[in-house]
Amino acid sequence: MPKLANNGVSSDRLRRVALIGNPNTGKSTLFNCLTGLRQKVGNYSGVTVQKKTGITLIGTERVEILDLPGTYSLAATSPDERVVVDALRGEVENLDRPDIVLCIVDATNLQRNLFLAFQIGQLGVPMVLALNYWDTAQKRNIAIDIEGLKEKLGIPIVPISASRAEGITELKDAVIQALDEKPKLISPTWPESIEEAISGVRSELPEPVSARIDDAALMRGIFESDEEIFKRAGASGLETQEALEISKKALFKGGLNPANAEAVLLYRHIKEHVEPCISARDSSRIAGSESIDSLLTHKVWGLIAFLALMYLVFQSVYSWAGPFMDLIDMGKSVVQDTVSNVLSGWPMIESLVADGIIEGVGAVVIFLPQIMILFFFISLLEDTGYMSRAAFLMDKLFSWCGLSGKSFVPLLSSYACAIPGVMATRTIQDSKARLVTILVAPFMSCSARLPVYVLMIGAFIEPRYGAAVAGAVLFLMHFVGLLVAMPFAYLMNKYILKTPPQPFLLELPSYQIPKVRDVMLKMYSQGKEFVVNAGTVIFAITIIIWALLYFPRTESVEIETREAFVSEIAAQNGWTEEFALASIHEDEAIVAALDHKVSSAFIEQSWMGRIGKTVQPVFAGAGFDWKITVGVIASFPAREVIISTLGIIYSLGGDVDEEAGDLREAMASQKWQSGPKAGMPIFTIPVVIALMVFFALCQQCGATLAVIAQETSWRWAALSFGFMTILAWLASIGINQVGSWF
Amino acid sequence: MKTLNDLNDGQIAKIGSYKRTQGVSRRLMELGLMPGVTVRFIKSAPLGDPIALDVGGRQLSLRREDAAQIIVQPV
Repeated sequence: MPKLANNGVSSDRLRRVALIGNPNTGKSTLFNCLTGLRQKVGNYSGVTVQKKTGITLIGTERVEILDLPGTYSLAATSPDERVVVDALRGEVENLDRPDIVLCIVDATNLQRNLFLAFQIGQLGVPMVLALNYWDTAQKRNIAIDIEGLKEKLGIPIVPISASRAEGITELKDAVIQALDEKPKLISPTWPESIEEAISGVRSELPEPVSARIDDAALMRGIFESDEEIFKRAGASGLETQEALEISKKALFKGGLNPANAEAVLLYRHIKEHVEPCISARDSSRIAGSESIDSLLTHKVWGLIAFLALMYLVFQSVYSWAGPFMDLIDMGKSVVQDTVSNVLSGWPMIESLVADGIIEGVGAVVIFLPQIMILFFFISLLEDTGYMSRAAFLMDKLFSWCGLSGKSFVPLLSSYACAIPGVMATRTIQDSKARLVTILVAPFMSCSARLPVYVLMIGAFIEPRYGAAVAGAVLFLMHFVGLLVAMPFAYLMNKYILKTPPQPFLLELPSYQIPKVRDVMLKMYSQGKEFVVNAGTVIFAITIIIWALLYFPRTESVEIETREAFVSEIAAQNGWTEEFALASIHEDEAIVAALDHKVSSAFIEQSWMGRIGKTVQPVFAGAGFDWKITVGVIASFPAREVIISTLGIIYSLGGDVDEEAGDLREAMASQKWQSGPKAGMPIFTIPVVIALMVFFALCQQCGATLAVIAQETSWRWAALSFGFMTILAWLASIGINQVGSWF
Repeated sequence: MKTLNDLNDGQIAKIGSYKRTQGVSRRLMELGLMPGVTVRFIKSAPLGDPIALDVGGRQLSLRREDAAQIIVQPV
């Protein structure tokens, strides 16, 4: 039975407050301050926009806070802004219309911040205004007549300092009161031409369509020349065009330019009605930031500082996470060994638990150190205000292919690992730029590709061409993906997303000292979200791959392999088979060799082995035999798996690493058994290069796919997978074919 | 006819009008780059693009391509 809260409202539906504001107004700090650990992160269905909600306690009532993306305006030029308008109007699936809006504004920049507040007010949602950075405003002698402002705006106004948690109690009181009283912002008096445009559009639209659009929506449609609003109400393309034509004519007649009528009218209103309440504006804040910038965005020192900082960030993900990952790996091995001992009587269960379940959990947890360390730095960079400077410095390098300077940090991180890299794209507000960055991130040469390069170069390039060439090849391999990624981004933007030219606008906020709590909460929430969303998928993939490698496991395979091995030993030494059978158990090396042979035989006839043999013709052009093909396919969930898989296939056991001499020898001695190339070595230089390029370009990482799906949708994850795999396949065939001419 | 793109470091100018009024201009105006507003050209990025401006006590950065759409009157 739903119990009644003290306000008399049934508490099974929490009352909902939408938190909204310009970027850099301290919105996240306020959100963290209000909700603490009671936060939930997700995505709005269908768009790559992050949805954050949290619960705050006011008195005894639990109130839900919806943290909307930071935006300068409601004019929907991007999906993020569309989500904001839709959420405020209650038009988002599974999301009730908020009861009130809590609009946070920067007290030191009231004019521009109130622009958004007036747009929201026009939608008719009740509002409370939080004047953040109140302490800074006072320090700078910016006097704001709050009583006067309240009178002009008609809504509660609470001065706060979110970073010092000052004014929060007063703000909560104002929110709870507003939830009952529903105070509305006093909108500007619009000129007659706007009224004419509205009535003109209404008379043009068919009655049922017109009835479905309220005046607030209609005004947004008129101000933004936004066809979407009309189409959603059921207007045809032609009706929409004509309606917009009429509204434009009405605005022109009133001396307004439809493209900027809203900006002109609102800023005029703010100048006439709000500015009299503000006195003495000075710009010492920008002066302080500018003197820091004279170093940090300097032509020489700025770039040096930037490179040093980025080196630090990269190192942190690439190296510092190492010990933690080793520790996780070690813990995993200990648990696996323990479980193996306990379950040794049931080989199938033992393998499922040790190689499937525990391996799967390990495969998820192993990414946490990188994710949390990267987000520690990202929070610092963002909260200090440096992230915008980094984008300012690097923008030129990215603008030509439709990305922006904000893509730099995610792409750099992807060189360590695409998983934190893809998650780092959350710092990119523009969702198309974000999507393209997500799609190119897996092309960056991540640390899981390194063992593959080291193995191939160490086994085939270095012995033949020496260390200098080997080093150069290793270096070049790290650029293969980048060289493909940039044109890919360009084509994506130009032909697939057809991004209309958007002004690149970047606010360089004043430098700030970051809040420890904000940094910690970000690390925590990113880690938690990864485990909950992507983690589940990674776990499932690990189990599936385990099953493909384990089944079908017929006893006869083991018996036949043993018998063949024993006869071989007997023949070699001139023993009887009985004597050989008895004596091999005394030599540990021989026992191990036998075990490796059995594992190799099992993998050959497992589903994975059969798939490898069936699929091999597809890779014949690239010069791969069935063994390489099994290695390639088995490493689709994770690239580094190829090393242990090749170890098993070449009967060396799964414990080999990329530096292992015996694995290199085994690979070098592989020869074609039949066919036109019978007796020739399998690993020729073109095949080696083809295999490395395949790994450089292919989307062989289940965890990355899971994270792409988490951040966008499965559709884009599938596209990423399909595109990268086909590209890698074509490239490997091309390289082997061309290379074979020489 | 000077545009925002033609200013030197530290130069102050008053925004006149926009060459193209569609698309780009709305977003710039919403951020306070309204005709009549005084702005200061702070500097350009080390690689030459984008540029940083002081608009009413805020630092805004935009690309030269967009800055070239805004006609200014140096003061």
